[in-house]
Amino acid sequence: MTPVTPRAMGQALDRFDGAEKVRGLARYAFEQPAARPVYLFPVQSTVAAGRITGIDCSQASAQPGVLAVLTYQNAPRVATDSGDLRILQSDEVAFRGQFVGAVIAETSEIARHAAGLVRVDYEARPHTVDLRGEVHREALRVPNEVLPIFPMHTAEGDVDAALDSAAVRVDQAYSTSWNNHNALEPHTTVACWADDRFTLHLSTQGVNRIQAAIAAAFRLEPDRVRVISPHVGGAFGSKVYPWADVVLAAMAARLVPDRPVKFALTRQQTFSQTGYRPPTIQRVRLGAGSDGRLVAIDHDSIEQSSKVREFAEQSTRATPGMYAAPNRRTRQRVADLDVPTPTIMRAPGEASGMFALESAMDELAIACGLDPIELRIRNEPDVHPLFGLPFSSRNLVACLREGARRFGWAQRDPTPRARREGNWLVGTGVAAASYPVLRLPGSKATIRVGPDGRYVVLIAAADIGTGTRTALAQVAADTLQVDVEQVDLRIGDTAYPPATEEGGSSGITSWGSAICAAADQLRQRLAAEHGGTVPAHGLEVTADMPENPYLKQYAMHSFGAQFAEVRVHEETGEVRVPRQLGVFACGRIVNPKTARSQLLGGMTWGLSMALHEQSVLDLRFGHVVNHDLAQYHISSNADVGAIEVHLIEEEDPYVNPMGTKGVGEIGIVGVAAAIANGVYHATGVRVRDLPITLDKLLPGDWPIA
Amino acid sequence: MRTFRYERAGTVSGAVALLAEAPHGAFLGGGTNLVDLMKLDVARPDLLVDVRRLTSDRVEELPEGGVRIGAATPNSDLAADPLIRRRYPMLSQALLSGASGQLRNLATTAGNLLQRTRCPYFQNVTTPCNKREPGTGCSAIQGHQRDLAILGTSPECVATHPSDLAVALAALDAVVRTVGPDGERVIPMTELHRLPGPEPQRDTVLQHGELITAIDLPPLPFAARSHFRKVRDRASYAFALVAVAAAIDVADGVVRDVRVALGGVAHKPWRAAKAEELLRGGPADAERFRQAAEAELADVRPLPGNAFKVPLARNTMVRTLLDLTGGLR
Repeated sequence: MTPVTPRAMGQALDRFDGAEKVRGLARYAFEQPAARPVYLFPVQSTVAAGRITGIDCSQASAQPGVLAVLTYQNAPRVATDSGDLRILQSDEVAFRGQFVGAVIAETSEIARHAAGLVRVDYEARPHTVDLRGEVHREALRVPNEVLPIFPMHTAEGDVDAALDSAAVRVDQAYSTSWNNHNALEPHTTVACWADDRFTLHLSTQGVNRIQAAIAAAFRLEPDRVRVISPHVGGAFGSKVYPWADVVLAAMAARLVPDRPVKFALTRQQTFSQTGYRPPTIQRVRLGAGSDGRLVAIDHDSIEQSSKVREFAEQSTRATPGMYAAPNRRTRQRVADLDVPTPTIMRAPGEASGMFALESAMDELAIACGLDPIELRIRNEPDVHPLFGLPFSSRNLVACLREGARRFGWAQRDPTPRARREGNWLVGTGVAAASYPVLRLPGSKATIRVGPDGRYVVLIAAADIGTGTRTALAQVAADTLQVDVEQVDLRIGDTAYPPATEEGGSSGITSWGSAICAAADQLRQRLAAEHGGTVPAHGLEVTADMPENPYLKQYAMHSFGAQFAEVRVHEETGEVRVPRQLGVFACGRIVNPKTARSQLLGGMTWGLSMALHEQSVLDLRFGHVVNHDLAQYHISSNADVGAIEVHLIEEEDPYVNPMGTKGVGEIGIVGVAAAIANGVYHATGVRVRDLPITLDKLLPGDWPIA
Repeated sequence: MRTFRYERAGTVSGAVALLAEAPHGAFLGGGTNLVDLMKLDVARPDLLVDVRRLTSDRVEELPEGGVRIGAATPNSDLAADPLIRRRYPMLSQALLSGASGQLRNLATTAGNLLQRTRCPYFQNVTTPCNKREPGTGCSAIQGHQRDLAILGTSPECVATHPSDLAVALAALDAVVRTVGPDGERVIPMTELHRLPGPEPQRDTVLQHGELITAIDLPPLPFAARSHFRKVRDRASYAFALVAVAAAIDVADGVVRDVRVALGGVAHKPWRAAKAEELLRGGPADAERFRQAAEAELADVRPLPGNAFKVPLARNTMVRTLLDLTGGLR
């Protein structure tokens, strides 16, 4: 693996499609030109579990402009091993809001109105949707591995004995809430069936996964399904896996050949159709000597999955790699409920799990009478405690120290309620952050050079709004050793060589490594076969993402430190966070501008997760009650104070040829703990249940209702 | 969304006549709430009569020192009006604490008062709701309770009224001028909205086809020092958990006169008459403010999920009065 010499990499280039997007010229999936389109609107189940006993489509079908009403009685049969996609195949209902029908009509208004006229009768079964109610049941089970490189359960030493004899112990329960992604652009599809093939324009994090799912579902060769996704208006994990909306649009397209079917989910529908971050109930036990050195870490997490497809979030994934402790255990169990399937959402696992671990570390610091930064430094491991491998690079301590210096941590009086400004109690908090360097196998890149000296780089990668299109062109330019202006990067289309999805901060690593391999081969062939000059007919090379020989020799992670200043109104419990500061060590930064935006966005979301975000489930009906952006609160402009993002320079020759570690996820990790720790410092009240709403901090008693 | 007819009447009486013949019709102001409800199939008017250009859209000074607000005055204009900001700052603060700049540009003054509850069960046609479909039951009472009412509730409905503007107007003794099928009338702001009782489908005392043409504010010199304090789940763009509109006139440490209204706690803007009575003539201190707040909240009927609103309303009332009188605690 030859490191790439940075020239374009490291430059804060404006994103190439920025002006196009700001001016409204960038076409998103739903805005693709479509001749004679028809519109689709779904019918959703109104029971959480049960069976359809009757469907009356007569009123809907009679509406002028209605072309067809789809139900399980007439829908095309699909072949899929994903329960999420197996819609309209039987009379069974597996969660409230599941698609049980759809109307195809000449206008979106007619489709929506007619969908409301489809009458569905059900035989409801008792349902189970409450994770808290399931905690003590035997129905909890150990999930299958989601990412096999990180086991669901880990254990070393005798945790219980070590805890029993520890001088200082923390044993607390923490919980996080159900969160929805709420990308600005909802899930949209324009599906057309013509000449015995599908063309799908849609908003996705990976065109190839959609292609494979639709080809399998409709028993087609993959080359008869083309998926195009040039621009994506936010995704955050909700657009990695294909969901029922794509299948429904494809089913409709089969019924009206040659007419593009347009289908955009409403905001409300995205809450039941596109996955979510599952709520967690966690328990952390820490044992330490009076000097703060950990002797035991025990982290247990309970989450939910659905009955249609398993998804288990690895909330304890970061824990074994954080701190040196001879005795460690992590466990994860899930309850299968009558709910939609959860999915990955920004820093899946770490965002939830590190809230618990880093809150517990703060509690341990207080119990030991130690500064929380000093506590973390004392427990810094020499090698990865679980894998026993050295870290390819690890700068957690540098992040903590640099953050402390910039934040002014040294002046902090650790006493709770020590600082007050008017009616506001003021505190500060800190937490550590970590995210693994992930690479997903399966990407290829083609590079074609013409005699004009321009390089066309083809890879079916995705830019979900992060600036990947720009950053990847910077990578390509440096691997080709040419100017970035000479590179024409084309992504987001299954007509190009396949790429893995944008997820787990793996994009630049996976796609960049493939581009790097193709560039190396191209340069070698130009030199060896053509004397270094581009032949008249040009030259084209395609290469797979190569193996990384260091994977078994090093543990690879990014690290960071999160700081927050928190204000709590002593009479109303209102929480404000006027200042956040994050320091991150993420290897080489390809584009400092877009990378900063990623980290800033992550930190903002962490604030939102800490204080606001909560999808409230109605246990009787089984639906998310607050399913729109008026009721599902995210941090608004007025909630966000000053946010500083700082980077520790880091050279890591082992992660990939570019030396990058990914920046998409780590910005959110640890923020909620830093804020909860700051709330404790301000008020003396420890909130272990997210979000931290004012009623949890309101002084005094109130009447028992 | 269902098909509907759209008419633009030339006169107020023409608009009233159009609706008189359309029992399922509705007036259209800014449409910022009505159109949403139509998309959600909660509102199903077959006729919309656009009234935006029928009434005044500005603020005028009345001869005896009061102010008249045209029904079509956009929320943004009202909030920015120099007369309002000088004489009734709480009114401007109430408007600016609600919605977003874009919504305030579009929303009218009368429309703001007539917006419907944001109770999530009311807004979801797949769940029972007595306000939306009388007799189907209330999903909220045993459901998600955070935003529900604690005062004046009924077994049929525990919804809150969402308007901040209405709370300030109720505190200021505003009156609403209307034209309806039976002619003109004047309704005190405190009587415009109803408590739900057994008929939660009726938000106000307005008859079908009765159009608000203006809102009059009487002179209230001490309201020049008034305040609207809104407590909510985030710093901006959220409905009130509790809001307090207050103006207080203190001389020599004694309360000469006071106006207090609460938002986020009831099916209507809640004028705190009991608190006002206890405050008038009494000492302007924290202890009396607390007693007054507790007296106002003596009849609360909280639910487990919104009981926190009781101390929150009390604390916010006390804090708002203290801030207006320069008291610290």
